[in-house]
Amino acid sequence: MANKMMIDDLNLYYGQFHALKDISLNIQEKEITAFIGPSGCGKSTLLKSLNRMNDLVEGCKITGQVTLDGTDIYRDLDVNLLRKRVGMVFQKPNPFPMSIYDNVAYGPRTHGIRSKAKLDQIVEEALRGAAIWDELKDRLKKSALGLSGGQQQRLCIARALAVKPEVLLMDEPTSALDPISTIKIEELAQELKKDYTIVMVTHNMQQATRISDKTVFFLLGEIIEAGKTDELFSMPKDKRTEDYITGRFG
Amino acid sequence: MRIRFDEQLKQLNKEMINMGTMIEKSIGDAVKALMKQDVELAQKVMAGDEEIDRTERKIEDLCLRLLLQQQPVARDLRNISAALKMVTDMERIGDHATDISELAIVLSEKTYVKKLDHIEEMARETMVMLIQSLEAYVEKDLDKAQKVIAHDDVIDDLFEEVKQELIELIRNHADEGEQAVDLLMVTKYFERIGDHATNIAEWVIFSITGQIAG
Repeated sequence: MANKMMIDDLNLYYGQFHALKDISLNIQEKEITAFIGPSGCGKSTLLKSLNRMNDLVEGCKITGQVTLDGTDIYRDLDVNLLRKRVGMVFQKPNPFPMSIYDNVAYGPRTHGIRSKAKLDQIVEEALRGAAIWDELKDRLKKSALGLSGGQQQRLCIARALAVKPEVLLMDEPTSALDPISTIKIEELAQELKKDYTIVMVTHNMQQATRISDKTVFFLLGEIIEAGKTDELFSMPKDKRTEDYITGRFG
Repeated sequence: MRIRFDEQLKQLNKEMINMGTMIEKSIGDAVKALMKQDVELAQKVMAGDEEIDRTERKIEDLCLRLLLQQQPVARDLRNISAALKMVTDMERIGDHATDISELAIVLSEKTYVKKLDHIEEMARETMVMLIQSLEAYVEKDLDKAQKVIAHDDVIDDLFEEVKQELIELIRNHADEGEQAVDLLMVTKYFERIGDHATNIAEWVIFSITGQIAG
């Protein structure tokens, strides 16, 4: 597998606080990479750095390099284009207060697509891609806010897919969902990795073992261990990883 | 952190040691009953097998409960899955103690045609393997587990040696053929116990290194 994103010696500061320390990591194409670690370890901060969501945070300073297909995302890539290519799904489903159709069409419209036929096609493809077309095809004009939490989250994934990204960042995408909705999102992620590169922050160890190919363990802003998920969860190399995943601290 | 889980793991370890002690005694007594033609002791070994079976079920139940409730990973998962596999071999060793005891009762009816030196040696070597495999588990001793696996060849060689002796015995004392066949079965049980001890040692290695033998 080729490297889709490469992080090289990344350091991130929030004012005086050194939130990410000397991070170097390769994100492989068409794989699911899980970020795990205790709260405040920097995993979400790193995830946000991958599509420059930290840009607007006051006092945030970043050194080092992050590349997408070899292009430096902080120096050589327009931030709007970056976010089209690297989409994000958040912890809490956050549909816009508009119709299901308009939620999905929102991104393509901001990128200049006006044709109704084209938008219809994109909306259907995105909803199918998020495995929610059959449930929603007869109520596309209804408000997205009337959907269940699990449906809202899959709608948000469809919204992210509508601009045809290459990388999907997911920040604890199932932490607010019930077990059935969680399984649906997990199965969806497995399906999506055939076409997309996925990076997922999760607090659910079992979820990481179920769906990710690689796992990265963070502690106090550093990467402690990164490797194949099966190996990291059966035979971790670092005692701190072992202690964390077996619930002895964190 | 995970105080209850750690207590349950300690309990599992305690039950494993308890079952190990039981099978060790069971085999030791079966050997004694065979050598001394002690029917009473042989019957005691047979009666004790039920308790070994009960302990096996208790350990299996505990392991399955831990897998369900604690969703273990890393060393915890390796320990629990190794225990779940080991306990089957330990139970089979208990069965073989009963098998040997049953034959000891049959064999007690006549004096032995010849001294059972090699069988006794085989029993002793098997006991060494069994004890070391259980110690390797308790002490998480990789080196000891590897020694157990290497020791299996000693048992296999002894089995061949005893087999040849018994063939010779049948040739020279045709009327003692039945005793020779019973003794051959006894030695086969020791050879099987050696194999089970090897399996235990392999699971100990898995619990330490994550590597499955073969």
